[in-house]
Amino acid sequence: MAILLIYVLVVVAIGFALKRYMKSSTDFLTSGRSIPAWVTGLAFISANLGALELVGMAASGAKYGMMTCHFYWIGAILAMVFLAVFMMPFYYGSKARSVPEYLNMRFDGRVRTLNSVSFAIMTVFASGISMNELAKLLNALLGWNYDLSLWICSGVVLLYVLKGGLTSAIYTEVLQFFMIILGFAPVVWLGLKDVGGYGALEGTLKQVAVAPQALGLGDKAYASNAWVSTWDVMFQGTAANPMGVDWFGMMFGLGFVLAFGYWCTNFLVVQRAMAAKNMSAARRTPLIGAIPKMLIPVLVILPGMIAVGLASAGKGKINQETYELPRKELAMEKCAAAVPVVREIAKSNLGPNKAVAKVGEQLKDLNAAKLGIVLQELRANPDMGDEQLATGIQRAAENDYSGVIFSLVKRFCPPGLLGLALTALLASFMSGMAGNVTAFNAIWTYDIYQAYLAPNKSDDHYLWMGRAITVVGIVVSIGCAYFAKMYNNAMDVIQLVFGFVNAPLFATFMLGMFSRRTTPTAAFYGLFGGIGVSAMFHGLTVAEGKGGWLGANLHQFPSTMSQNFWLASFSFIICLAITLIFTQLTKRSKSDEQLVGLVYSLTPKIEPDLTEPWIIRPAVAGTLLIILCIIINLIFW
Amino acid sequence: MDLRKPIGYFFLLLGLILAVFGFITKDDVEMYKLSLGININLIWGGVLCVFGLLMLIPALLDKSTPEK
Repeated sequence: MAILLIYVLVVVAIGFALKRYMKSSTDFLTSGRSIPAWVTGLAFISANLGALELVGMAASGAKYGMMTCHFYWIGAILAMVFLAVFMMPFYYGSKARSVPEYLNMRFDGRVRTLNSVSFAIMTVFASGISMNELAKLLNALLGWNYDLSLWICSGVVLLYVLKGGLTSAIYTEVLQFFMIILGFAPVVWLGLKDVGGYGALEGTLKQVAVAPQALGLGDKAYASNAWVSTWDVMFQGTAANPMGVDWFGMMFGLGFVLAFGYWCTNFLVVQRAMAAKNMSAARRTPLIGAIPKMLIPVLVILPGMIAVGLASAGKGKINQETYELPRKELAMEKCAAAVPVVREIAKSNLGPNKAVAKVGEQLKDLNAAKLGIVLQELRANPDMGDEQLATGIQRAAENDYSGVIFSLVKRFCPPGLLGLALTALLASFMSGMAGNVTAFNAIWTYDIYQAYLAPNKSDDHYLWMGRAITVVGIVVSIGCAYFAKMYNNAMDVIQLVFGFVNAPLFATFMLGMFSRRTTPTAAFYGLFGGIGVSAMFHGLTVAEGKGGWLGANLHQFPSTMSQNFWLASFSFIICLAITLIFTQLTKRSKSDEQLVGLVYSLTPKIEPDLTEPWIIRPAVAGTLLIILCIIINLIFW
Repeated sequence: MDLRKPIGYFFLLLGLILAVFGFITKDDVEMYKLSLGININLIWGGVLCVFGLLMLIPALLDKSTPEK
């Protein structure tokens, strides 16, 4: 509790300490380009390492095992190096204050508007979703009041962003970065010790992979190394790995389209690099960020694997308490009510999936594989008592993977350390919100307000607007949090739609930055076409019962993950094709002179700064990082 | 503002609180059953202090004026 209070005091104090530097709108919204590279580099990673990421990656670690690391390696490192070496010179060199503003310089207002409006809406929803999760968590874990948690946390964020602007958000993100590392490292350490070290964990997970039913991780056997391999298991086919993805979807869909689309064009992360104090600091930002990025899986994915290991053994080697993966809650009365139905099914010869469908009419969230085991036991022992059977049904509930990380924190943290871990979690939620809000207020002020609603006002006016919109942004986020609480399904749809909007984006950037011929009209229609194709692709294919809403099912994917990767690949290619075709059909509206500094071939190359040690030159450091990443991949092949 | 200073003070303070708490409760076997019998508060408090000092000392020794 004390630790929590100190954290809040420190971040607010940072906000106030920075207040005196906030004299113009650029100070407030872009940090006045004054921050050293190690700070922006860590903030770059930290803006992405929000609490949802923490919870989600531990969940994926349990559900899919080590393959989740691809989101950190192939799904990030290459893109970050590309951003540093090739793209940062244009973002930083063009003096654009935001990503949409760059699009305006390179193309025209239409492309900018499409990007800025969708991005602005996305950020407030993202921060709303994450605040909803936070308040729910505080409510479940500590019994705090939902509304009170939501408003107080938002209030703290508002206070320090309002005072210190982007700088204060960035500084807090760095603080949060260390907080997460130092708060969760002991949990992972204790967890690993309890499962008997990594070697023992690997052995246990190999047993789990060939019989995942008992833990509800799947209804048929996977390859034995499914949880402890990154590539080998993928090359064995989509049925061998729990993620259900193939190598093309992974390498092209995630590694190229989605990774480059996120790390190179998402203003939330790019904004951190743009705040750096000079060009070389800006280019070093993603490179510095890449180093922790490669190592973070130890902290966020390994806990999920440890949880599965512990659950499989039933209890730890030292801590003898039993451990089970967290489950969705099923009310005992409902389970008791389902007993006659289950007995009926046990007498017939229905398979587990059909059985779940039948029981599912009255009882949701049942896991087919686990229910299959209950049915087996019942068939072997038809005299099982009603109460025992009802408990069995209750235990057959679907796993609640998002609870994995808290279950470990609760298992291993005595008072004291518990406060530290909870503060780390809280900090990551708040800084996630601050990140979104600072990206939102810059986009709104520069790309919507200044561009269309009120051009040519004084800088004081825009500073005032930046502050006002911060308040609005936070209030709207709170509204989104309540919306997410009430309509969970609507939220899923909204996130899906943003997936469609983002998928083709990198094609537009690539053509814009590396070809001077690409015309604004072509870029605009290319983007639209890409978004349309994403939506159609999702409407015409099915995975895990999702999609197919256009009435036809042209292809069945083994998992939504795989569907997602292929959707991105398609949308990227279509956007590329449409833009290229329209470029041939339309006239250029910008001359070569206007595109200097915006397009690769027209911009003078940046001479390497010979006063810098060679090792930190972007191209050299980038290559070294890629080699390092390949080595890590080979180790965990 | 040199960010190393607030980070340094912050973690030094946290570390001290945690370590002192760990020291006071060092005989509480029941409480540390969770952390596998290790007095994790004392140990990790120490780690946090070391980290805080690693941030703080170079920042305090650095006499050059910040650029802004």
